[in-house]
Amino acid sequence: MIPVEYYIILSAILFTIGVTGVLVRRNALIIFMSIELMLNAANLAIVAFSSVLKSFSGQIFVFFVIAVAAAEVAVGLALIVEIFKTKHSIDVDQMNSLKG
Amino acid sequence: MTLDLVLFLVLAVVAVATAFGMLFSKNAVYSALFLVLNFVTVAVFYLLLGAPFIAMAQITVYAGAIMVLFLFVIMLLGAERLPDTRVLPWQKPLAIGLAVILALESTYLLLSKARPAGSVLLPGDEVNTVDTLRALGMTLFNDYLLPFEVTSVLLLVAMVGVIVLVRREKGGQKS
Repeated sequence: MIPVEYYIILSAILFTIGVTGVLVRRNALIIFMSIELMLNAANLAIVAFSSVLKSFSGQIFVFFVIAVAAAEVAVGLALIVEIFKTKHSIDVDQMNSLKG
Repeated sequence: MTLDLVLFLVLAVVAVATAFGMLFSKNAVYSALFLVLNFVTVAVFYLLLGAPFIAMAQITVYAGAIMVLFLFVIMLLGAERLPDTRVLPWQKPLAIGLAVILALESTYLLLSKARPAGSVLLPGDEVNTVDTLRALGMTLFNDYLLPFEVTSVLLLVAMVGVIVLVRREKGGQKS
């Protein structure tokens, strides 16, 4: 039997690595991947709690989170492609003006 | 030390190591591949937690569809490597210090308050069976039918939005 605390600690570590990626890296694609990592860490915590409580609701919430993440990735990558077309760079330090 | 604890620790080391690999790779393609491995590891965690449906959805949607999209965009833009043009020199150490504080705080809070006590089920005993999947499907399509349909509308809206975003104007060059 694995205590649920272990899963929670692992989830917190993965979430923090995702936050660090958003703060440290300047490549917009890597920042986006870090956001996916954070979503995954949250999903892991939800499934762990769902398994402890022996309830399916947590798993269904995670299913919805995965669906929303898929939609978010599609829109986000389209935005990154558009930014690259106008700025010819995806360095987030270069994205400092609202009008392209 | 029992077998499932060994399994958990090995998988946890792989998950954290691939997350760090994603974070520190210079090449964005390597980052994406590290992230694929991380997603597969998390899928194995879902199997350990008795959630086989979520594990399969994780592999097909995350490790499959989403990461293929990422790799496609990385190679389309040719953005594997960016020159390190850092505007604020003190930003990186500050970010790492704040991240360590966040990790300690979130672990402390999650472990101290509002936590259901107990251990996770042993994998494979009566968890990863067809009956579990049947019960999950009944819950999804009875109790959560409306959110399920709203999700389909959300995916349609996202698809239409993406097409509008990347479409070129007919006749003229889009600015």
